[in-house]
Amino acid sequence: MMQPAVRAEPLLNVDNLVVEYGLGNKTVHAVSGVSLQVARGETLGLVGESGCGKSTLGRAVLQLRRAKSGRVLFDGEDLTAMEGEALRKMRRRVQLIFQDPIASLNPRRRIGDIVSEPLIIAGVKDAAERKRRVHEVLSAVGLDPDLVAGRLPHEFSGGQCQRICIARSLVLNPEFIVCDEPVSALDVSIRAQILNLLEEMKARFGLTLLFIAHDLAVVKAVSDRVAVMYLGRLCEVGPSERLFARPAHPYTALLLQAIPVPDPDIRPAESVANGEPPSPIAPPSGCRFRTRCPRADQQCSAEIPELREVAPGQFAACHHPLA
Amino acid sequence: MSAPLLTIADVAVELPTPRGSLRAVDHVDLSLEAGRTLGIVGESGCGKTMLSRAVLQLLPKRAKLTGRVMFDGQDLAQLAPERLRRLRGRDLAVVFQDPMTSLNPVLTIGTQLMETIQEHLELDAPEARKRSIELLAAVGIPAPDQRLAQYPHQCSGGMRQRIAIAIALSCEPKLLIADEPTTALDVTIQAQILDLLAREQRRRHMAMILITHDLGVVAGRADEVAVMYAGRVVERAPTQALFKRMHMPYTEALLAAIPKLDAAPHTPLPAISGRPPDPTRPLRGCSFAPRCRYAASDCHHAKPALTSAEIPGHLYACFHPIQMTERVGA
Repeated sequence: MMQPAVRAEPLLNVDNLVVEYGLGNKTVHAVSGVSLQVARGETLGLVGESGCGKSTLGRAVLQLRRAKSGRVLFDGEDLTAMEGEALRKMRRRVQLIFQDPIASLNPRRRIGDIVSEPLIIAGVKDAAERKRRVHEVLSAVGLDPDLVAGRLPHEFSGGQCQRICIARSLVLNPEFIVCDEPVSALDVSIRAQILNLLEEMKARFGLTLLFIAHDLAVVKAVSDRVAVMYLGRLCEVGPSERLFARPAHPYTALLLQAIPVPDPDIRPAESVANGEPPSPIAPPSGCRFRTRCPRADQQCSAEIPELREVAPGQFAACHHPLA
Repeated sequence: MSAPLLTIADVAVELPTPRGSLRAVDHVDLSLEAGRTLGIVGESGCGKTMLSRAVLQLLPKRAKLTGRVMFDGQDLAQLAPERLRRLRGRDLAVVFQDPMTSLNPVLTIGTQLMETIQEHLELDAPEARKRSIELLAAVGIPAPDQRLAQYPHQCSGGMRQRIAIAIALSCEPKLLIADEPTTALDVTIQAQILDLLAREQRRRHMAMILITHDLGVVAGRADEVAVMYAGRVVERAPTQALFKRMHMPYTEALLAAIPKLDAAPHTPLPAISGRPPDPTRPLRGCSFAPRCRYAASDCHHAKPALTSAEIPGHLYACFHPIQMTERVGA
């Protein structure tokens, strides 16, 4: 199995990233000091529940949301220090796929124009060359270019629109794609098609992926390593198999336990009465998960736990990790 | 055995659209006894929500309903609007997917809860208030007396769904229809809400229809499961029997397409090719045939009827059912 070692020089290196939003006179602590690396050719899954900051982190990587502090190093260059033309050039190498495929396509433009627009912005002047590239990526995602290029988004289903979005993200030959919940708006039977397509495209175009989702089983299906976020902080990161088999952070364990399993012989475990995530406007002191954690004690409210290696490649930010 | 609480007999729903008539529900028969849970599973557009609307007699105005819905000895289609209105909310309650749209944003939680209780149970205001607080506590809302004065936007999605459940349970309904009650919620909150529904159901001996797109949700929670595709029930069985030995290729494909937690990363998923048929252009044969890997020529020419399997209560609609004798790999 492919298990790329994290080499000295990861393609993406997020270093102590802090992103905050203003909300009236309050501050939303969306991402609070997250560090993670993605090796070239690797898929890093990023999971967490709504409001945990996973999408903000994805946008901050692309500089669609500027960080308050911290750095985002892509292939050794600091994106947070870049502006204007330099940033635009860099963005050709880093693309984004969104959750709602229908909303992310302009309803008044034809598919061919939508997919070739990145080429126009990138300055590809030769129309024949643009057409060739558009045909290539539309075929790659399983659509017939001659049939779809002249049509409008509303003529396509959600799954087909997501194929079009994937084609658009591939047209500039990027190295890195942030996939933000790419299948959560799709039905089960279509979801599997799109997940398989992403895996195929990754192999064919030599991509590196940051795959953001709330569904742990979906994340595991495509990821080499998985990072778990809770309320703006990273709880745990490690190789997929290891993390799912032996979670070290109580929050990872809680998430795994909550997944409904399609097997009537497995009785759903009675959910622990552990309430809901607190507001990111006033996150708890110390460990942010402590208010819902069965293992929390005084140390957890006093000290912020650092990420520590609990097994080879597996790191958890917990004062009392699970054995 | 006593008569079932709910009997859906040959129910069909047609909706007029600019592109022609759309058969959203295509001659469905189902029944449910008191205290039991029926899971209805299917993907978007399969007709599961329209079927529940038909039970509630809450279909869009221009929809055409045929067939019979018998609830607690009464034919709901024959009831006068006033009788029906008194039945809904009291004996027949519903929880929708999106708690933000099912709660009124300009009324306090207390007003919305007490309105239902006073309307149906003829309690005075102090009694209704007391009961509201009890209900909110029962659905796991902390400081329920303070919540009564709050508005829906002041609550989280999970809290709002708890409140919607409290309103649905307020008059001790005999049947609760939960239409994707946890789809808008996070996975840890989903587990809490499903537990809450199961607990209250046991306590009240209430029947429940649990509508979902997730086979995982019904596996641990329903007594019986009906799988819908393109408006029809294509397989129906006691939950254990269904998961042990499914006969309809669509059910098998739907289960296989779900990513499994115990599968190794990068295992290709057995996807179902294509997509559901256009409901305004019904197929002559089996609706699933164009996507089915077992389809033969007969599947394209006639619709398979629901047929009994060897286990009592297990029905399937397929000319070439799978796993008829022994269990093959899931």
